[in-house]
Amino acid sequence: MALKSSPVVFGLLARLSRRSFSTSKALASKPVTVRDALNQAIDEEMEKDERVFVMGEEVAQYDGAYKVTRGLWKKYGDKRVIDTPITEIGFAGIAVGAAFGGLRPICEFMTFNFSMQAIDHIINSAAKTYYMSGGQIPVPIVFRGPNGAASGVGAQHSQCFGAWYSHCPGLKVVMPFSSEDHKGLMKASIRVNDPVVFLEDEILYGIPFPMSDEALSPDFVLPIGKAKVEREGKHITVVCAGRATDTALQAANELAGNGIECEVINLRSLRPLDFDAIARSVAKTHHLVTVEQGWPQSGIGAEICARVMESSTFFELDAPAWRVTGADVPMPYASSLEVLALPRPKDVTAAVAAVLGNKISEAASQ
Amino acid sequence: MALKSSACVLRLNTLRRAARLLSTHTRPETVQNGKTADFPGAKAPYVNEIKFLNENSYDPIPIYRVLDNNGEVIDNREEPNIDKETLVKMYKNMVQLNQMDKILYESQRQGRISFYMTNYGEEGIHMGSAAALAPQDLVFAQYRELGVLLYRGLTVTDIVNQCFGNCEDAGQGRQMPVHYTSKPYNLVTISSPLATQMPQAVGAAYAFKRTPNNDRVVICYFGEGAASEGDAHAAFNFAATLDCPVILLCRNNGYAISTPSREQYRGDGIAARGPALGINTLRVDGTDTLAVYNAVAQARQLTLTENKPVLIEAMSYRVGHHSTSDDSTAYRSVEEIEKWTKDENPVQKFKLYLERKGLWDADSDKSQQKEARDIVVKTMQEAEKKKRPHWREMLEDVYCEMPPRIQKQMQQMEDHLKKYNEHYPLNQHQSD
Repeated sequence: MALKSSPVVFGLLARLSRRSFSTSKALASKPVTVRDALNQAIDEEMEKDERVFVMGEEVAQYDGAYKVTRGLWKKYGDKRVIDTPITEIGFAGIAVGAAFGGLRPICEFMTFNFSMQAIDHIINSAAKTYYMSGGQIPVPIVFRGPNGAASGVGAQHSQCFGAWYSHCPGLKVVMPFSSEDHKGLMKASIRVNDPVVFLEDEILYGIPFPMSDEALSPDFVLPIGKAKVEREGKHITVVCAGRATDTALQAANELAGNGIECEVINLRSLRPLDFDAIARSVAKTHHLVTVEQGWPQSGIGAEICARVMESSTFFELDAPAWRVTGADVPMPYASSLEVLALPRPKDVTAAVAAVLGNKISEAASQ
Repeated sequence: MALKSSACVLRLNTLRRAARLLSTHTRPETVQNGKTADFPGAKAPYVNEIKFLNENSYDPIPIYRVLDNNGEVIDNREEPNIDKETLVKMYKNMVQLNQMDKILYESQRQGRISFYMTNYGEEGIHMGSAAALAPQDLVFAQYRELGVLLYRGLTVTDIVNQCFGNCEDAGQGRQMPVHYTSKPYNLVTISSPLATQMPQAVGAAYAFKRTPNNDRVVICYFGEGAASEGDAHAAFNFAATLDCPVILLCRNNGYAISTPSREQYRGDGIAARGPALGINTLRVDGTDTLAVYNAVAQARQLTLTENKPVLIEAMSYRVGHHSTSDDSTAYRSVEEIEKWTKDENPVQKFKLYLERKGLWDADSDKSQQKEARDIVVKTMQEAEKKKRPHWREMLEDVYCEMPPRIQKQMQQMEDHLKKYNEHYPLNQHQSD
């Protein structure tokens, strides 16, 4: 399974970085790309623990299809950075077996689209064996790779698996946004004894985010299951994760100009989901919009709305919550349509305006 | 035709040479390929003739055996040196396995357990392979290897507790019957989706290979039916390319539920795939316990010392139905089954061998059968009386550390049960 269009992607990256991503201004000391933050995290954990190893397609001499494992093969050799034949079902199975055998594999999918070929190992074996063995056999694996839409790679290469994997008990599902998120959460994912699905984003790899000295230190770890308030605000809560966080932050910037203060919550982890952070924020803002790149039905936004309904947070709402999601179609190839199939800052500002103006039915009928 | 065209080619070549001589433009001579090609993907000789290869291009892979149908050793040099106690232990476990299958199968029919799978016809593969392994070796089984587990030390009680899902089941009643698990006996939890154990076994073998002074191998059992899954191919390929100490043991029992092997694949069985992928391969008579023992013992030695995988295809016949959800007389004749129950019965063959060696006789057989039966009946009665697992077990072990969301559910359940305990059969469950 391999089809990637690096020139297109890098061209787009260049455009994107010119457009400048919304990056945290706080405590900025050094810009580090997401790719380097991931590389640093994996390197540090491999250094620390002999049992940690990386496997996947092109991860060794080639440095990984997206260069996340750059330099690791040179440093750790064939034994710990393993290029595999092109069989997702095979190397995901190998990773599960190696975890049964006492190692701590990091299993790279060239993109998560290809993980469908291996999903039986991820769900039926990795996620359930600890439970089925009566707690005798833990399965510490990180399944990682780019998830969601990149650019110009069509229906089969552009889809978000956040909702799919976060549906399953036994898995932890992480969807980081910034370099700090990627580093801290990757290290936590490698250390935890449960299987983790670590959903990265191809577009984010090349984006530099400022990283504090603390985040750059080898001791930096973030807890899995805790959301981060990326921007404080009092009028409306905008919940997002991964690259959708950028969309939300851009919208928030724009709305701030109109006097609307959004509180942007970057979930960081989809399972466990930090609902307390959402509830706290909604108790303050009384309005809620969710933003995700995945499809609407049974999605992350749907889950958040359901939890709001089932809890006292429901009574905090002054208006119905609304979801901003990817369009409910396979990703179109045409670049003009592709842009429209993903949430844009404009969609978020429209949703916020509708929720705050309590004009949901009007907006929805358009 | 061939002559004619080569004459043509000759003429052309002469012309070309002449043209080159006449030309003022000189070009260096291209280096000619030798007789053997040097492609990255193949080093092989060149030929000038098209010849498609098929299953008839090779002789069928032979089937290694030690005993004949009368339990007599065919070639004395091949008789393994197994001590008397071990031989008797192997046979006693076969008897135990048969009795357990008989009674647990019936208990499913009576509605006492939900599901069962028998092992008839494959006892030789179980005992022969299990006796040739070391206790530290790791076993990835499919679901029809109960004899292997028995031999390794799992007791009738452990097995019956699993099938009844009571509080003493190592899996805490979380899995359907025959999905055994045992850390102490190095058995990985049995997985229902077919063939997933295969790449996993290779992965575990890779982990062992990395251990300094490794003395462990992995054995992976699978049926010829499971070998149709993509996982099987992936496992073969990874075992070979990662150079792993793993024995891939195929139990070719002739049927994938109702589909006979002739409809499952073309070519010379599962064994033919081994050499194609660069794996040391052996085909063995699975109804001959001693042949399986020799095969696995040598495979173990080879795989451990050289870190190279071994594929063994053990030929046998699934005498029983696939599972309690199957009636095999719908797709095969009673005569066919008879042949394998009588002439080619692995238990019978092994018993005759023991009798020839003076290690067994009709009397000891009779008492062993009774003892084996009694213990299963007694254990089942006890297992049914044992409590079900603590209700908390349904929420434990989803994660290594219980997340707050599950803790919350646990607390809610606790409070709920305090309030409404009279509506629940709590006395049937283990309590604090």
